[in-house]
This record gives sequence, structure tokens and C-alpha cells, in this order.
Amino acid sequence: MAYVAVKGGERAIDNAHAWLAEARRGNPSVAGITTAQIAGQLGRAVDRTMAEGSLYDRELAALAIKQAQGDLIEAAFLLRAYRTTLPRFAHAAPVDTGSMQVCRRISAIYKDLPGGQLLGPTYDYTHRLLDFSLATEGVPPAAPEAPAAHEKMPRVADILAQEGLIEPDSEPEGEPGDLTRDPLAFPAGRDLRLQALARGDEGFLLALGYSTQRGWGGSHPFVGEIRVGETAVEITPPELGFPIDIGDVTLTECQMVTQFKGSKTVPPQFTRGYGLAFGHAERKAMAMALVDRALRAGELGEDATAPAQNVEFVLSHCDNIEATGFVEHLKLPHYVDFQSELETLRRLRAEAAGLAETAE
Amino acid sequence: MNTGYNFAYLDEQTKRMVRRAILKAVAVPGHQVPFGSREMPLPYGWGTGGIQITASIIGPGDVLKVIDQGADDTTNAVSIRRFFARTAGVAPTTRTEHATIIQTRHRIPEKTLREDQIIVYQVPQPEPLSRLEPSRAETRRMHALSEYGLMQVKLYEDITRYGHVAISYDYPVMVNFRYLMAPSPIPAFDNPKLHMMPALQLFGAGREKRIYAVPPWTDVRSLDFDDHPFRATRAPHPCGLCGATDSYLDEVVVDDRGGRLFVCSDTDHCETRRQAGANPLAAE
Amino acid sequence: MSEDTLLSARGLGLRFGAVPALVDVDAELWPGEVLAVVGESGSGKTTLLNVLSGRLRPQAGVVWYRDPEGRLHDVHAMPLPALRALHRSDWGFVHQNPRENLRMGVSAGGNVGERLMAQGARHYGRIREEAIAWLRQVEIDADRVDDLPRSFSGGMLQRLQIARTLVTHPRLVFMDEPTGGLDVSVQARLLDLVRSLVARLGIAAVLVTHDLAVARLLAHRIVVMQRGRVVEAGLTDQVLDDPQHEYTQLLVSSVLQA
Repeated sequence: MAYVAVKGGERAIDNAHAWLAEARRGNPSVAGITTAQIAGQLGRAVDRTMAEGSLYDRELAALAIKQAQGDLIEAAFLLRAYRTTLPRFAHAAPVDTGSMQVCRRISAIYKDLPGGQLLGPTYDYTHRLLDFSLATEGVPPAAPEAPAAHEKMPRVADILAQEGLIEPDSEPEGEPGDLTRDPLAFPAGRDLRLQALARGDEGFLLALGYSTQRGWGGSHPFVGEIRVGETAVEITPPELGFPIDIGDVTLTECQMVTQFKGSKTVPPQFTRGYGLAFGHAERKAMAMALVDRALRAGELGEDATAPAQNVEFVLSHCDNIEATGFVEHLKLPHYVDFQSELETLRRLRAEAAGLAETAE
Repeated sequence: MNTGYNFAYLDEQTKRMVRRAILKAVAVPGHQVPFGSREMPLPYGWGTGGIQITASIIGPGDVLKVIDQGADDTTNAVSIRRFFARTAGVAPTTRTEHATIIQTRHRIPEKTLREDQIIVYQVPQPEPLSRLEPSRAETRRMHALSEYGLMQVKLYEDITRYGHVAISYDYPVMVNFRYLMAPSPIPAFDNPKLHMMPALQLFGAGREKRIYAVPPWTDVRSLDFDDHPFRATRAPHPCGLCGATDSYLDEVVVDDRGGRLFVCSDTDHCETRRQAGANPLAAE
Repeated sequence: MSEDTLLSARGLGLRFGAVPALVDVDAELWPGEVLAVVGESGSGKTTLLNVLSGRLRPQAGVVWYRDPEGRLHDVHAMPLPALRALHRSDWGFVHQNPRENLRMGVSAGGNVGERLMAQGARHYGRIREEAIAWLRQVEIDADRVDDLPRSFSGGMLQRLQIARTLVTHPRLVFMDEPTGGLDVSVQARLLDLVRSLVARLGIAAVLVTHDLAVARLLAHRIVVMQRGRVVEAGLTDQVLDDPQHEYTQLLVSSVLQA
């Protein structure tokens, strides 16, 4: 966003952009950062940009991050804008996370289970001590390898479902809505809510999820399962009539097992919250699952009093591209509106002063 | 041991601050004492409160046991034990009876603790009323005025809806007949162990910045109704490895056809029993 | 304060900024008697109720309360725990909007039983029986005991609030427009209920209302307020049949015309 100057507005903008380009590049004697470095070594930033940009393409996301100087919301914005230019030629079949090629899979509700607890490349058990050796170049020693187990890895939710302990997943009713084509309207079905959450701001969802844990609309959540890995994307071209694999995406899936519901007549069952995000993004997937469950309060007969349970509040404010647009638009000239405010205020004050005088 | 840091990571001023909070907590059993919790190298929610307490009371002569879910080799217990190995170099142990300090997440060891031991609990949510009343300003007032009717109402509602109290972990207790306390997410099965325990019990919540304590030999009672008394429940099976019928059990899923194995959650307890010859086939 | 009075206020004064809410107000209440405080909105009647019940501190004057053992207490000098305990036992407060005094997510039985549990009652069966008995007293079907108040009508909610308040047998109940917001037929039924409960249980009450008909039906004595002052006080029938102060005359006559 640029300010409109009284004179020479266009030249001022050009100069601003030129300065921005220099600032973005930084010291020319320092090597320029490459998109390969960003894509390869700042993968989590790329994952977040793809998720909030709602577009899976690591190279483009890396480019956007470079262009935005690391401002990830600005980068997501670039991807969204690019997305608008892309024709949509097919719908993929729903991805089957059950057949994911898992690099990490954990469950907090069972000590051990078929498929095992696979830690994967996680920060979870690191100690957050700054590693100064990273300031210089180096290659870490090779991590130990072992052949993949090829053990069956059933979904934890299915294990609970065998005993009827968890509510069944909701059945899809007709075609899912499309948030990217049609405007959101309330009441919003779970399909649209999940879409909004999937592309929603990680920080906002994290705070809302956190609030449910601290008493603002709690659901006693447990991590049933988190799995991270590659999943195939398939489309069925009309000319062929059968599905073909067009590539893999890395996904993070989180199933939360939450507060059981029941009554004297209906046996209680655990309820669910679901989160799914592009790339390796556990914080996002977990927060999304907590908020998904909170937003289901109404349909599960709970009192929906907390902010995280307020569907309109959460869905209207979780898109950070919309949010940053409107918040930052305040920088645009508003002096016409403001002038009318000035005049109104002056008049009111004059009237009050006049009254005070006559009272005396 | 990493000599770049003070013994047990925290500087001495911080340790002194934590110990003062501990002393206040011991003087008023069950009452939550605010303390200036520091950012630690492990995330909030992963035991920073417990770690700060342990770091403030541990000395070179101590023997430290760290468990999570009752086991010594769970990932988080390993991580915390490594932390103290790096920063304090104290002798570690997996044997409950050899430890002078036991830091625990979500379980109390099966073996009764002694007067010369300290157990440090990791607490996610120190406020027992938080799910009923999210405002901390209001819960402070409720504790000060001993207004706990709301919690009793919650138990009443459970009995109305389910026929019995539906709280299975972090079951609220009354400490020393005065303060309502959250015992941390230990299973209700463990609650009776809190009562008249010979060891000092310290509770640390790093993210919420509270410390509380139950001194040795203190009265601790789980809330209930006269006609619906508190019951400590466990899965109705013997341990599949050592045959114990009175320990808390973990459920292990062994196949995708519903196969299950139940084993002692307290790994030291189970292993000690097995070493002494116990097995699932021996009559109990 | 005479030997028998339950509540006695002397010289109460309170201003909100420049606005006088209470000016030199006296009031007395005897055991088992209902005192109505009437006036238009802005007269100070709700402020008086809040000051008498200890919820609002006056800038001048004192409120004396005599406990069941006959001891006198200065309501605004009591320590907060004692005042809160009083509100849960010997006193009650019925709000105009019952939702302010009910837990909407707790069953009717839980709502009625809460004061008992706060006082240490620990037998589920007996608490529930007591709650059912009180629901019957306020003419709510006993089989609603496990229902959530969300499913109750406005009149039922008000009756539930009354049951919740009376369960500890308070000797003194403060009521703020208890029939406000209810439609006429529901009001009539509620007033009948309040009148019979108060008489049967020997409860003393301070009742704030703008509706003279309510005052006439329920109250033994009446206090008329205008702009923070008591302009007239006396036996209800006497004051309403033969008003002396011109403001009282205005109030009474405007009711007749309506």
C-alpha cells in the first residue's frame, strides 16, 4: 500500500519501490538468497506460506518468501493473488491419508499400537538452546537408517471405533462447498468451516485452541493421532475415465479425541476434532482440530459461550489476508472522512461552550 | 556436563525466588503461590514448572528419577533426564526406592514414598475450578472465601447425567480441610496416594506460573457425596507381564483385530516384580 | 432500632457524580413483613435495594441487620466473607432477570441444590429430594428436576430462581421487580405464589416495584420515593387509598387512568 502524495504521486511510488527492491536485496556483496535454499532449508516457512496461501507449490512459495523478505503473510498474499490467475481444470479425489507414506506418526492415547510410535524429524524433544555451531557452514552426521517396516498403520480413530467408543465421522451431504469460489454464509456447514480453518492464520487458530484448553469452551482434548507424510493426489480426466496419480503432497493430519457426550439413555462416545495442513505443520493441524471441535459445540448440544465456539467470530476473522488488508488499509488516505469528523466535533464543542456560557 | 551454565541451569537468584515460593506453598497446603516462571529450553506445557522446582532444590548429592506416564523411557522423561544430566550431572536412577527426587508427569509411583524423598509433579492447569470458571480473578476470590459450591454442583450434575462422577483424571481434592486443589492429571486411581504421604509433594505449573505443595502427612480427600463415595478404579485385568492386580495399567493395542495387552504403567514396579519372580501365570 | 426490627436504615445518602441517588433515606423492616419501595425509574428505589442488601456502599448513613441470635451487624462494616455467607443463607436476592441468578448450563435440581452444597450438604439423594420438594413448592413439575433451564419459559425461570433462593430458608429476601418482563397472566400466577410463600414461611421482604398493584397485593407497608428521597411511607392500603404527598397522589391517579 502506498501513500498518495499531494504532488508527484507516481514518481514517489516509483522511488519507494526502487528503495524497497534495494532493501529486499540487502548488501550486494553478500550472496543473494536462492529459492532453492529457502525451499530446502526454510521448509517450515514454505509450508506455512502454502497453507495460508492455499496453494501447494514449494518453488512458488519460496519465491514469494524471497520477494516478501520473509514476511509470511505477505508471501501468502502473493500466492493467493497468483492462485486467482490459475485456471481450474479438475477436482482431485479426496486424498487417502490412511495410505500416507508416513515419516512421523504418534498417538498420545496409546502407549503402543500397530505401526508403532514413529518420532520422525521432530523438534519436540530438543532443548531450546541456541546452537552457535549453525552460524558456520557444516553438514550434520548421517542419521541412522533402517528399512521401512511396512507394518499396517491403522488410524487410531478406527481402533476406537471398533469398540464403538468414538462418534462416527460425519457423512458427506452432497458436494462440499467451495470457499474459494463462493462467499461464506452463515450458518456454515462443517465442510466450509474446515476449509476456512485450513487456510486460516496459524497464530489466530493457535490462540483460540489455547483458549479452549484454559477454560473458554473446553473439550478435554487428547491427540488421538498425528501423522506427517506424503500422499498421492489423483484426478480422473474425462478422456481416460480412470484415476491417475498426478503427484504427491506432504500433509500433516491431526485427529483429536475429545470430550465424551451421552445421556442416561444414549451411551456416551468420544467426539472428534480434525485438522489438516500442507507440509509439516503440527501446530497448525492441532490448533485447527481444537477449533474444529469448539465450533461443533452447537451441534453437540453444548453451551456455545466462548470465543472459540462462536462460528461467525472465528470464521470471519481467521483469514489473515483479509485481516491484514483491512487493518493495513487504515494507512490509506482517510482525510475526507476525517475532515467531516473535525467539523462535527468543532460544532459540538462550540455548542457545549455556548450552553456553558448561557448557564453562567 | 555442560559447564557453560550454572548448576542446574537456573541462576542462584532465580532458584532463591523459586524456593521462597515453595516455602510459602508448604506453609499453606494446597494454596497456589504465583512465581516468576522463566522461559526454559523446553516448551511451556512440557514440564517447565516441574523442571524449575527440581532445578531449585536439587544438589550434587541427589539421585534423580524422571518419569512420564509412569515410565522412565518415554521420550519426554528421557529429554528431561538428559537436561539435568547436562546441566547438573546428578546421578540418575530408574529405581523409585533409590531416588531422593522424583519428577513425574501424570502418575504417582506404586511404591509408597518415604519421608526423605520429594516428589515433583508437572502441572498443566493448576486451577481446579478453571473449567467451571475461566476467570482467574474470580477463582482467586472463590479460594480466598472457600466458596467451592460450584465444584460440588459439577459432581452433582455428573451423577444426574451419568449415574456417577465422570472425572477420571485430575480429580479435585480438598487439602488440609481448606483448599481445593488440582492434583495434576494423575488418574483418579492415584488420588488415595496423596493422602498422608510421608514424602513432600511439590507441584509446578510453568506456563500458568504457580507453585503449590502438600507437606508430608497431610490430609487430602477426593471430593464426593456421602451416598456416592469416591472410588479409585483401574482396568479389571492383571498385568500381562508381571501379574499384578493392584497397579494402574496401560492398554497396548497389539493388532488391528481388537487384540489388547494390559501392562503396569509403572515400569519400575513391573520390572522389580518380574526380577523377584512374579509372572502373569502365578496365582495372586 | 427497636427490639424487634430485622433491618433498619438511617440517613442513607449516595450520589453518582452530580446526581443524587439517595438523600437522607430511612427504612425499617420487621420479621415476616413485606415492605414495598415504589417510584418511577430514576427514583432511587433500586439503589436503595442495593444499599440495604450490602451490594452498594452508601456515602452517608448506616444499615443495621439483626441476625437469628439477636445480634446487630452494620451491613457495610461486615467483612466480605461474612456478607457473602449471609447472602447464601439467611438472605436471598431475587433479580428481575432470572438468568442473572441461575446457572443456565446446570440442571434445575443443581440450581436449587447449590446453596445447600455451598453450605456443606454432601448427600446427593437428600439434596435432590430437597430440590424436588422446592420445585413442587414453586409449582414446577418434579420431573423437570434434571432438565436444563434453557428449556424453561420466562415464568418458570423466575419460579426456579425463587426456589433456588428459598432453599436455605432465608428470613429476609430482597426482590427487584420480580414480575417485570413477564406477561400479565404469568405475572398474576407468580404474584399469587410469592404471596403464599411469603405468608407461609414467614419471610420478610423488601420489594422494589414500579407497579402499585403489585405493592398493594404483596406488601404490608410501602415507601414512596422520588428523586432519591422518601416522600411518603406507611401502611400500604392507607397510603394508596389516601395519599398525602402530591407525588404519591400523582402516582396513584396515573394508575387509575391507565
